[in-house]
Amino acid sequence: MIVASALTDTNTRELLAIASFALFIYGLSGMTSPKTAVRGNRLAAVGMAIAIVATLLRPSIGNIWLALLGVALGTAIAIPAARTVKMTQMPQMVALFNGVGGGAVALIAYVEFRSTGGFHTVATNVAVFSAFAAIIGSISFWGSLVAFAKLQELLPGRPLTIGRMQTLLNATLAALAVAGAAAIVAGSHSEPLFVAMLAAAGILGVLTVTPIGGADMPVVISILNALTGLSAAATGLALNNTSLIVAGMIVGASGTFLTRAMAAAMNRSILSIIAGGFGGSGQSAAAGGSGGSVRATSPADVAIQLAYATQVVIVPGYGLAASQAQYAMREMTKLLEANGVQVKYAIHPVAGRMPGHMNVLLAEADVPYEQLVEMNDINPEFPRTDVAVLIGANDVANPDARTNHQSPLFGMPILDVDQARSIIVLKRSMRPGYAGVDNPLFTNPRTSMLFGDAKQSLAAVTAELKLLVATPTPA
Amino acid sequence: MLVTNLAILVLAGFVGFAVISKVPATLHTPLMSGTNAIHGIVIVGGMLLLVTSEAHGALSKSLLVVAVAFGTINVVGGFLVTDRMLEMFKAKPAPAPASNPAPKDTPA
Repeated sequence: MIVASALTDTNTRELLAIASFALFIYGLSGMTSPKTAVRGNRLAAVGMAIAIVATLLRPSIGNIWLALLGVALGTAIAIPAARTVKMTQMPQMVALFNGVGGGAVALIAYVEFRSTGGFHTVATNVAVFSAFAAIIGSISFWGSLVAFAKLQELLPGRPLTIGRMQTLLNATLAALAVAGAAAIVAGSHSEPLFVAMLAAAGILGVLTVTPIGGADMPVVISILNALTGLSAAATGLALNNTSLIVAGMIVGASGTFLTRAMAAAMNRSILSIIAGGFGGSGQSAAAGGSGGSVRATSPADVAIQLAYATQVVIVPGYGLAASQAQYAMREMTKLLEANGVQVKYAIHPVAGRMPGHMNVLLAEADVPYEQLVEMNDINPEFPRTDVAVLIGANDVANPDARTNHQSPLFGMPILDVDQARSIIVLKRSMRPGYAGVDNPLFTNPRTSMLFGDAKQSLAAVTAELKLLVATPTPA
Repeated sequence: MLVTNLAILVLAGFVGFAVISKVPATLHTPLMSGTNAIHGIVIVGGMLLLVTSEAHGALSKSLLVVAVAFGTINVVGGFLVTDRMLEMFKAKPAPAPASNPAPKDTPA
């Protein structure tokens, strides 16, 4: 009896809540190194289990079977999805997981509204937090679904916009949602009004993400992640639940941090990214064939250059992932390493479709993480690099970003590939990159282009390399 | 209560920034999917409403079951994919020396 009442005591629950968020924070600090990260993630999962158990430690729990049904349903959906998702599809998977989190927040706020018969029965601050959670949760849910659809190519990845009216429409929707929230906080118990508020926020989420193009996705996903975190924190404030407040706010901070890092890596303001329309909008003003001709090369030439190099830096871009060439690349670099060539990988912060995406793709292909070098650390090394190999990368190594004030990319921090002694560009064709601008790197006299599908090109180079390294070892 | 909760909120924000700013760019994707799993803690909010009141109508109950299922997807899926990714970043001392002799027998 005493044990049972001690277990269901409010203080016990509070203490368990503290244990759970302590584990979240300790687990996340494990993420500062790949060595401790696996353990950190598992500790955070233990913290989550404690938080859930603590919620259920009550003298009387009604509807427990319904709660367990929800858990069973969610688990049955999540496990196969998480087990089978390809690493290239990780951005859309994370967007989807993020979206359902936001959806849960919005639904919880709605049920709270229903069960109290309108918010006039609760304290004003609780009503404000709930309405905030409902709006942000709904934006996050629908916005994440659109991001998922774009990344999964169910919707076109290019920006879809209705032009100047877009901002006006978005502002109107935001104003409608806020007006609905104000009426609800003031005491309206109209359920249709609450649903209308959720709908306005949802449409706003859809319309905000739709115009944002593929390469801006790292920013979009970071923002949506931050929003869901903040909405969870608001739910915690409304329900007076400490673990929710702490966990939600930490995620909000993390999402905000990554959003800022991604925007800085593109030298664009977060607002201009949300305004959208960048890329594919006929911005090829800088075109006109900046002069100079392009030199094409063959796999055999590339193999010779690589085999006699001391240091080779690989610059992977999203094109590498798009053609699933990371394994072919790894096979080539393994061969080079076995022959004493030092190989490093230069990772631009926005090389993938979410922050750090390229690192995951290369780690999957067995590249040791010590060889993945961030932009600021690899840039001083390019002058000492014999061969830089661009695979499916373009805008992140466009020297115009440093020097050409007319270029739309001007000011974006780039990889100083043009300073390498020799540059090889693997590219499907001479089509410009995502931003639709010319890249003078391609006409650089030290650059040679290897045209074709990256996977096939890399396999061809590897085959040539094998012939090369086979001959000088007759012993 | 409100002031205490707001204090916790602000402190958590600073703790979050302090911890996350130390995470290397290499791990930003697992960081994001891991924090993503953590905001799945809204599942607790759904359960709380579900178990503390018998008074909900059928619609409210169904909505809460969906909310709990959504939260579970967020939590379970988030932690699992993060674990999968981080396993790939583990230092692999064994394959490294093994990869050296391997290419030697490749020419044929």
